[in-house]
Amino acid sequence: MKRSVFEEFRNRDLVRGLAERIRHLAEGRTNPMTFMEVCGTHTMSIYQYGIRTLLPAGVRLISGPGCPVCVTPVGYVDRAVACARLPETITATFGDMMRVPGSSSSLLEERAKGADIRIVYSPLDALSLAERNPGKRVVFLGVGFETTAPTVAATLITARSRRVGNFSVLSAHKTIPNPMRILSSDPDLGIDGFLCPAHVSAVIGADAYRFLAEEHGVPCVVTGFEPADILQGVAMLARQVTEGRSAVENEYSRFVTRGGNARAQELLSRVFVSADTAWRGLGVIPESGLEIAEEFTEFDAEKVVPVRVEEPREPEGCLCGEVLKGKIAPADCPLFASACTPEQPVGACMVSSEGSCAAAYKYGQ
Amino acid sequence: MDNDLILLGHGSGGRLSHQLLDELIIPALSGIPVSGQNDAAVLEHDGVRFAFTTDSYVVDPVFFPGGNIGDLAINGTVNDLAMVGARPRAISVGLILEEGFSRRELGEILRAMREAADRAGVAIVAGDTKVVPRGKADRIFINTSGIGVFRHGLEISGSNARVGDKILINGTIGDHGIAVMAKREGLELEADIRSDCAPLNGLVDEILSEGDAIRVLRDPTRGGVATTLKEIALQSDVSITLNEAALPLKGAVRGVCAVLGLDPLYVANEGKVLAFVAPDAAERILEKMRRHPLGAESAMIGEVTSPGGGKVRMETVVGGMRAVEMLSGEQLPRIC
Repeated sequence: MKRSVFEEFRNRDLVRGLAERIRHLAEGRTNPMTFMEVCGTHTMSIYQYGIRTLLPAGVRLISGPGCPVCVTPVGYVDRAVACARLPETITATFGDMMRVPGSSSSLLEERAKGADIRIVYSPLDALSLAERNPGKRVVFLGVGFETTAPTVAATLITARSRRVGNFSVLSAHKTIPNPMRILSSDPDLGIDGFLCPAHVSAVIGADAYRFLAEEHGVPCVVTGFEPADILQGVAMLARQVTEGRSAVENEYSRFVTRGGNARAQELLSRVFVSADTAWRGLGVIPESGLEIAEEFTEFDAEKVVPVRVEEPREPEGCLCGEVLKGKIAPADCPLFASACTPEQPVGACMVSSEGSCAAAYKYGQ
Repeated sequence: MDNDLILLGHGSGGRLSHQLLDELIIPALSGIPVSGQNDAAVLEHDGVRFAFTTDSYVVDPVFFPGGNIGDLAINGTVNDLAMVGARPRAISVGLILEEGFSRRELGEILRAMREAADRAGVAIVAGDTKVVPRGKADRIFINTSGIGVFRHGLEISGSNARVGDKILINGTIGDHGIAVMAKREGLELEADIRSDCAPLNGLVDEILSEGDAIRVLRDPTRGGVATTLKEIALQSDVSITLNEAALPLKGAVRGVCAVLGLDPLYVANEGKVLAFVAPDAAERILEKMRRHPLGAESAMIGEVTSPGGGKVRMETVVGGMRAVEMLSGEQLPRIC
């Protein structure tokens, strides 16, 4: 079998060597170093490869708010459900949104009751759906960070140039740096460093985290998703901590530059404007969301698809908010694996394939 | 949530399917819990043991790389019989056709069924055909039932795994699910990923000559290798350790899984068998499997490590440890 370049980053000896280096750096510490991985894909990778079982007691990894479906508030799910119930409407969504519970229903439940809800892998697929079904309204659920938002922007530009009138996007796009600011100054968390997202950073560039290192004194390492990447990122953070430095370092230089992807950034600024937005568990965070700009209002489902949305109701007893802030581990929630399971999720973190609770449930420890 | 609704996940072969069976279907029909069940029922009449099984096929698309719904329907039932150690003898075929379906395509599907039956050495002996109005079914659904006979007194069952048993598989995982998925989603792949759909009775016959060194046979279809191993761990009340580095996996399947966010451990197979075998016979059985045309890439992927627990753990490729659970919800609907 041909070996791919990625397999080098899963090399057992390489990984063992990195784990040894981390052990050496953490030796003799009374308080463990606490590092937060911000991105849901990191969370998955850490569980999937059993990375925690390779780390010494002196290093603690906590998961942050990096799962886009998880941080989307209940009110958004309710609006999506209301859209899905409209006649002659096709709701197009990434699969992860299907099972997220709203206040009283979910997209999965609406589909079982007869709503036309399609799972797509790209917003362009949703646009094709609209073109193939001119008699119907197609609403795409735009959920994601700076990684997915540019493709949505490109889709809206395409929709305009092809004059597709029956397509709109319900945008809940979010941007990652500002929530990190809030988390970095939370004394309960005591974050000693951030493993910064890989794909998001490919778009926004490593320099986007400089304020964290320079103003808040928190070491940052942009890190890839493979096991050796993650351990290398942890080692680089541990080194900064032991040397008393805080800087933005780039472990993932094979994809991430300091300035990011200018073309993607241009798409974002053309179609979206930065806005204050609500995060599940974190509340409203200034300048942390992407709203569809005036110029593209005709595609903004919030403006052009009138629906009555029920009063949002957070699920009782659900501690997703605390999990998303990294304050508790999934298993510390009293509902975890008892009242809340992937089949009957109470909170979004148990639903998404990038959710901390789903990862903890599926991969255990 | 409205608990009255049947969800697609209830047909996934994973945890929700088990729930529906345990809570509704089995209490109403037979009373034997799903955890005590195998791929086929083993019955006895006048001192003669035989195996009986049934399965329905709703795969979408009907034609996919490496097969179509026809050979899938024959091989699936042949394999369910083989997994209890029976020799498939006779199969019935129920066709449910949607008004407007193509005679030419039906002909092609029937030809594939006949060829698959010939290859497996089983006769198609009874059948039924229904046509429903357009929109009331999707093109074609097939049900097959099968009867198999025994030439030995072996008890092959999911409850027979013992501490020390080695776990073997006859080749790469996830090929069927990804082939169907790629076709359905119109993914244009550089690599040719074909379904592994095949009759396993020949290969099973070869290794059954090892007698009671063969403890458990099961084909990891819906729910994939992970769900099947978890079922066996629970059924035999043992704990299993899997070695990720030893799992045969095509690079292209790994790639598609990464792109679509799927875990190959949960992707369906249609020509694979997981065999739990006695440790002292394991190497010899592995060699036998490798000599069979359907087993060239056979591998030893794990072992039963301790009694009790019903747990499956996996040593990951980088040396970490993690749990392996059953499929939850739907990973890929209508895969078979």
